[in-house]
Amino acid sequence: MDIGTRLRDPRYYQIAVLGTLVAYGALALDFGIRIENALTIVVSALLVQFAGTKAAGLPRFDPLSPLITSLSLTLLLRTDLVAVAALAAVIAISSKFLVRVRGKHVFNPANVAIVTLMVSTDHAWISSGQWGSAAIGAFLLACLGFIVLTRAKRAETTIGFLGFYALLLFGRALWLGDPLTIPMHQLQNGALLVFAFFMISDPKTTPDAAVGRVIYSMVVASLAFAIQFVLYQPHGPILALVATAPLVPVIDYLFHGSAYRWIRRPIHTTQGLKGVYR
Amino acid sequence: MRLIATILAATLTIGVTTTAQAFCGFYVAKADTSLFNRASQVVLVRDGKRTVLTMANDFEGDVKDFAVVVPVPTFIERGQINVGDKAVMDHLDAYTSPRLVEYFDPDPCLASRRREMSQDMAGLPSSKSALESEARSQGVTIEASYTVGEYDILILSAAESNGLIAWLNNNGYRVPRGAESVVSSYLKQDMRFFVAKVNVEEQKKSGYTYLRPLQVAYESNKFMLPIRLGTLNAKQQQDLYVYALTRTGRVETTNYRTVKLPSNMDVPAFVKSDFADFYRAMFSRQTDVENNRGVFLEYAWDMSWCDPCAADPLSPRELRSLGVFWLADRSSSQKPIPSGAQNVFVTRLHVRYDREHFPEDLMFQETGDRQNFQGRYVIRHPWKGEASCDVSAYHEELRKRQEREAQQLATLTGWDIGDIRARMDLPREPQVQDKPAPWWARLWD
Repeated sequence: MDIGTRLRDPRYYQIAVLGTLVAYGALALDFGIRIENALTIVVSALLVQFAGTKAAGLPRFDPLSPLITSLSLTLLLRTDLVAVAALAAVIAISSKFLVRVRGKHVFNPANVAIVTLMVSTDHAWISSGQWGSAAIGAFLLACLGFIVLTRAKRAETTIGFLGFYALLLFGRALWLGDPLTIPMHQLQNGALLVFAFFMISDPKTTPDAAVGRVIYSMVVASLAFAIQFVLYQPHGPILALVATAPLVPVIDYLFHGSAYRWIRRPIHTTQGLKGVYR
Repeated sequence: MRLIATILAATLTIGVTTTAQAFCGFYVAKADTSLFNRASQVVLVRDGKRTVLTMANDFEGDVKDFAVVVPVPTFIERGQINVGDKAVMDHLDAYTSPRLVEYFDPDPCLASRRREMSQDMAGLPSSKSALESEARSQGVTIEASYTVGEYDILILSAAESNGLIAWLNNNGYRVPRGAESVVSSYLKQDMRFFVAKVNVEEQKKSGYTYLRPLQVAYESNKFMLPIRLGTLNAKQQQDLYVYALTRTGRVETTNYRTVKLPSNMDVPAFVKSDFADFYRAMFSRQTDVENNRGVFLEYAWDMSWCDPCAADPLSPRELRSLGVFWLADRSSSQKPIPSGAQNVFVTRLHVRYDREHFPEDLMFQETGDRQNFQGRYVIRHPWKGEASCDVSAYHEELRKRQEREAQQLATLTGWDIGDIRARMDLPREPQVQDKPAPWWARLWD
């Protein structure tokens, strides 16, 4: 594959944006990102991807997707144990190879790893307030730029989720008679934006058809809202995504669309037919 | 000049004390007194869904005119409200306060002779039924009404906030403007309210000259503090100290940024006499840096020890009185509680808030982080003894160090660097020492 084709792969942009966010969070915002955790996550993710590639008999080792998963994990997951960081990477990447329906993996790798560890141990958590509101403007710009640059065609999930979630927040504020500064403040949350632009947007684990993606994003937003404001638990969106991921094969069954490939290749190549693992 | 690590013995810690003046609910008063929330202290004990909230109360004024309306996340009944011990809260304040530590430079001529000046001091202690029928006619049901300690408690269930507000108005209380919409919002979120009035008779009998903290125990998913009502009384920003006692680890806010207060800094010696001013100025400066939207972490520590200690850790008895329910009850447990292993992690958060920058209530989560953190500031006293050798190198190093301390203090507090230098007896302008002395300058001394 020539370099020009490779650079059309949106994952390079994704790595650049996530890498910048990690650096900004670690250096400017004092995120509590531990360097040993970050390195452990990257190394473990690449190793598991390599082992999975061999075991599944895939023709090519692909380092990009495990790198993206590693950056998402570094950005969102907090832990005081290196072993938990390693385990997160192992769960994330192995879930892609092990939990598959009709050639697609079911869970977003970073998402399923974070939730599994948060639920099963005291040593994993998400610091969703750590972004602060000062950074949000620049952050949103970077995220929107990413959408424009890369794959506007698959942005329905991000836009659908954010739009519907915002609608629910504003609706709630109106019902309660709260000032609108409250839903505005709830939307200015860094973890929410990371989720919307880099997790729920994952084209490999969202429905293939556009209408399916819109329906799915609304289901996730509704459940996220219920977790956050009916059950009063934090991290609604991330929990909602794991809980609703098994619906994606059902939605795919109802609404047909083409499976996403990171790089459009001529259909006659062998890779094209096998389905690309990310 | 290097400091010798074993000089730790010469430490002196001074706690910063906080003054509490309010609950996180809102005050209502009968007299035309001005009631402003400026600072409140709250202890939040949390494990699973169980919460015990203790609210300090330094109300100043005529107690017979005093009542406070407190929102709680669930229905509560009689046994869930208690009156706490103010001394325990003061102890917790002292234990978790930012601290000042002093070191003394060793004799530069006798690097091997370690001069240990032991002046351990404990941290300074912290300075610091007719109704019912009337109520029913207004759509307010008084679920329960009873006396706890010096307080008369009314647990209200209002079908509508108008009922609660009207009831308060009819009983002669002045309700802050804007309270109605917040109360209405809370009721829709299934929050409930209780009203605490001072029972003057009981207070006289109890012999206390101050009002003791109110405690409430409840079980709810909501790990939060309602601050919206508190902003109604306030004319300006107010301070809230939250002491969270948990089993697992540090507590942080999920909807605001939790920031560590700058710590482990060397500061000039004069800060010792001005430590409270220093702390206040630094805190104000840091809230500005965070655009008035930060929640500050001042202390995070395993309750079984401290180093250096601003005050001794709280005893199991004190912790239980604050509601740390998972500590074994001595009466029911045969085994003595091992000292040192309390299984309690304390987090002290300090937030300066107003309605504009903190529109939403504080939501918390417990993390698995057990890393210790404290607000700790260091004074390094120069060697003042008689020199038995050439100490010019020491003095040069000392001057550079003091200049660094001055600049650091100016950055931390926003104080004028010129004033700082004057108080330190440093030259008004730093002497430019771009070029180090040539290598041969002292060759033939």
